Amino acid sequence: MTKPLVAIRSVSKSFGEFQALKNVSLDVWPGEVMCLIGASGSGKTTLLRCINQLTTIDAGGIWLDGELLGVREHGGRLHRLSEQQIGRQRLKTGMVFQRFNLFPHKTALENITEGPTQVQGRKADEVRAEALELLRRVGLAAKADSYPAQLSGGQQQRVAIARALAMKPMLMLFDEPTSALDPELVGEVLAVMKELAKSGMTMMVVTHELGFAREVADRVVYMDQGAIVEQGRASDVLGAPREERTKAFLSAVI
Amino acid sequence: MKPAPALAEGFPDLSGMRIAREPHWFRWLSAALIVLVLAAIARAFANGQIEWSYVGRFLTVKVILEGTVNTMVMAVLAMMLGIFLGIVVAIMRLSPNPVLKSVAAGYTWLFRGTPLILQLLLWFNLALVFPTIGIPGLWSARAVDVMTPFLAALLGLGINQGAYTSEVMRAGMLSVDVGQYEAAQAIGMGRLRALRRIVLPQAMRVVIPPLGNEFIGMVKATSLASVIQYPELLHNAENIYYANSRVIELLIVAGLWYLLVVSILTPLQMLLERRFARGTLRPAR
Repeated sequence: MTKPLVAIRSVSKSFGEFQALKNVSLDVWPGEVMCLIGASGSGKTTLLRCINQLTTIDAGGIWLDGELLGVREHGGRLHRLSEQQIGRQRLKTGMVFQRFNLFPHKTALENITEGPTQVQGRKADEVRAEALELLRRVGLAAKADSYPAQLSGGQQQRVAIARALAMKPMLMLFDEPTSALDPELVGEVLAVMKELAKSGMTMMVVTHELGFAREVADRVVYMDQGAIVEQGRASDVLGAPREERTKAFLSAVI
Repeated sequence: MKPAPALAEGFPDLSGMRIAREPHWFRWLSAALIVLVLAAIARAFANGQIEWSYVGRFLTVKVILEGTVNTMVMAVLAMMLGIFLGIVVAIMRLSPNPVLKSVAAGYTWLFRGTPLILQLLLWFNLALVFPTIGIPGLWSARAVDVMTPFLAALLGLGINQGAYTSEVMRAGMLSVDVGQYEAAQAIGMGRLRALRRIVLPQAMRVVIPPLGNEFIGMVKATSLASVIQYPELLHNAENIYYANSRVIELLIVAGLWYLLVVSILTPLQMLLERRFARGTLRPAR
């Protein structure tokens, strides 16, 4: 029997008074493409950041590939992992940010090779060949030596996807990858993500692109006020929502 | 397709007409005034009690040239020590560890809070507190032998500079977007590696103009080391005028050399700035 790649159990997180996640539980299966939708402040981005440990959870647990994230159980208590151990766990996930966050002082190619050479300690020429192949895959073979400031938003985001893929992650996390883009540039980024989904990558995508969710997602999860309200096949959740809140959200968005 | 509607009358065609040059009377007037004032100052100095031939004669004597070299050597070494300490202390200051944080804050407080000349005198007179210094059982020496004017000046200037530089460095690191830390973490980097590979190179761009300022300040601050017998430019100039009483002439000689050294630094800073501006200039697509 297969096990879920990500198992989220009873996770809560507060920022001061604001409760961003309330007792959230969820499984993500290997090869699954999951789209998380919901209004801003609904907790979908926080959930993604908890899986990548950019945000630490207050309660509950997240298992990735069978391994408990961020803490270790010992003698009936939880002990926080060291920075090195957390860094090693992060290597299993790749993150794509809303604002790209490319390193501005490095070229497109250097952005991609930085992690494999510096963190994984792999050979420079081997990594370089892989990075050029990744750039070709996202359609930017000609931009290897361009700096981020010389690229359009869509091109920067495609480099960011290649940078995350270079670490050979088991799971790709996308945090509103097209929200900071001009409308005419959204398509090129979504095309790269569709290709990635087809290749069998497990993906969690926080997005407002319902067309993308309908076409690519195996499962759509609708969140509101820090909780999962409704989930299921894209055609069901987007086409025939059962919950009143989902209906209200969808009619407001479309 | 409909023809474009006829344009309204009364708006003549201005193409081909030049914009006339303005006379700028006030610019001419102010320039003339300033030239007059400068001429008056020059005349006053020419007729004053200054033997300009002494200035020319002492400008290139060996002692003055040696002093200039010592000034530059001390400024460079003390600045290097200051930048090293500054980076270390800034990283400590931004660390989540409360012990490191307070040590860094205490260092800055102590060395920024006392006069530089007092710190130099303390280092130089360390032998009064600790007659012998060393590592117990391994090595020891008399403090008067170890604490030469050179070492006292280097420690005094460098450690004091570190306190100021740490704040410049901290400002530079804070100027880097938090998304850069997150992107570095997301590809598995720890805090220190992210600082070294991603944050510091970007902070350098912001930090170089204020560091250039600090370095120019350092060149001039080395003159304070004259009080602890370090043979830098001002100290050597003073030694000459103690002998020949040409006080103003030798101070002018020293002043000219300080000006020259500082003037060389400005183009060097521009080269450094260009080096660290990688990726921020937007060439034609």
